[in-house]
Amino acid sequence: MKIVVCVKHVPDAAADRRFDDSDHTVDRTGVDGLLSELDEYAVEQALTIAEAADDAEVTVLSVGPEKAADAIRKALQMGADKGVHVSDDVIHGSDAIATSLVLAKAIEKLDYDIVLCGMASTDGEMGVVPAMLAERLGIAQVTLGSELAVEGSTVRIRRDGDVSTETVEASTPAVVSVTDQTPEARYPSFKGIMAAKKKPVESWTLAELDVAPEQVGLAAAWSSVSATQMRPPRTKGQIVPDEGEGGVKLVEFLAAQKFV
Amino acid sequence: MSEILVLVDHGDGAVRKPTFELLTLARRLGEPSAVFLGSGSEQAKDSLASYGAEKVYVADDPAFGDFLVAPKAEALAQLVGSVSPAAVLIASSTDGKEIAGRLAIKLESGLITDAVDVNAGSDGAPQTTQSVFAGNHTVTASVTKGIPIITVKANAVTPEQATGAASVETITVSISDAAKTARIVERKERKATGRPELTEASIVVSGGRGTGGDFGPIEAFADSLGAAVGASRAVVDSGWYPHSYQVGQTGKTVSPQLYVAAGISGAIQHRAGMQTSKTIVAVNKDDEAPIFELVDFGVVGDLHKVLPQATDEVAKRKG
Repeated sequence: MKIVVCVKHVPDAAADRRFDDSDHTVDRTGVDGLLSELDEYAVEQALTIAEAADDAEVTVLSVGPEKAADAIRKALQMGADKGVHVSDDVIHGSDAIATSLVLAKAIEKLDYDIVLCGMASTDGEMGVVPAMLAERLGIAQVTLGSELAVEGSTVRIRRDGDVSTETVEASTPAVVSVTDQTPEARYPSFKGIMAAKKKPVESWTLAELDVAPEQVGLAAAWSSVSATQMRPPRTKGQIVPDEGEGGVKLVEFLAAQKFV
Repeated sequence: MSEILVLVDHGDGAVRKPTFELLTLARRLGEPSAVFLGSGSEQAKDSLASYGAEKVYVADDPAFGDFLVAPKAEALAQLVGSVSPAAVLIASSTDGKEIAGRLAIKLESGLITDAVDVNAGSDGAPQTTQSVFAGNHTVTASVTKGIPIITVKANAVTPEQATGAASVETITVSISDAAKTARIVERKERKATGRPELTEASIVVSGGRGTGGDFGPIEAFADSLGAAVGASRAVVDSGWYPHSYQVGQTGKTVSPQLYVAAGISGAIQHRAGMQTSKTIVAVNKDDEAPIFELVDFGVVGDLHKVLPQATDEVAKRKG
């Protein structure tokens, strides 16, 4: 069983995230980056599947700038076997469409039965890359699993849709994405942290993936941002302590706003 | 006038509200045509007409219900190929975004997801507004390649009725074997609660850790206001309320007229899901809870006392 987990290095959601005024891309300077929390669930599922299989290998794949190596390292510390880091200056500003192209080309160079992804990144939050990968790779899309089970060559998820809950099944190879309803990710152990130092991480450039520089980056994006604007902070309204009449006061406010 | 395709979101012909919002937005861009995939189009036709659909393209294939997402994306791509619309609008639902993602790759067209507004730009092409980084920034964008594919969040606009001809055109689509790989082996419809759909509701009452797992006061207050019920991630992770009611970064994003947060501290992940609500009120025991930084009105107190009293007060006022 060969598993490729796609991970993204993202700016910390707790930090003050902003856009670069010159090109409207995410400004990463001065903001700590980390392995996207939602991708940790995918790493955890990959490790769980690998532990149950006889002969399994988990490869962590990330496309991103130099710092993305930190996200790969974290996944290796958790227990993944090896890493692949696709990095190229021209990738900066790529949209989901270009990102999915680079990921798909890299995945095609690797051996895989299952491609595992998180449900979305915590910065772009589009949540479309797994579906795009399945489309590009021409394999089954088994996405947004709140539970994942792998038996032999069958993958099965529980998908909580907007109006119904579905059980979805496919044979490998498949692109699988998992939600934060799957079990919490493990913390790297001391042993894991030490072991990760010896695990191989390959660095690939676009040339090795047969992706032309014109196919990626901000200039190649199929959509363009004309403006970004910070939302004015909400102004703090009236706060009252409950001295026995809190509920009545609340409704008085709602009535004044015509909600009651 | 240019044709705008709107993918109909429906359950066996019952059209969901976001579709009417899409039709309303589509009229700003051109002439809306609804795309109805699956069975029940007869039932849907009148409602689509009443929101201005000039045409209704209908395709039915068992694969739409039997397999995940891919067959619908394939059918839509075939239709787009034959009618060359000026844009495709799809609801930002679980399935909708994934259909849009696959469609963008198939058509080599640009994709914008989770728009909160869509207008015709100076060149007539759609220009979108998105709310990003936990609702702290807004982004104005447009598609620059191919046919713009845009997914739109629920409540982006108030649906406005308009008369459309809704002339039905049955189309033939061929679904490839490659699109029939992820089989839906079981489907359980969620039990109807009688409350409005969370993402569509104009009032949402949400409970957090402060409920201690007792959602009685939350539900009662919600019902007094005709509101939907939401929950924080802490509540969902504790198994106190189902995941489908989670508001926040990894749950639903809501933008109602009124959002009531009870026993919710207001972590960034929760704020991401509700920060763009028009009016926000909160009840929390902790006067330093970050949620109070966002509110228009707040009560520092125990929700188990404040909400039942508020529920009674609403009943009293309604007489």
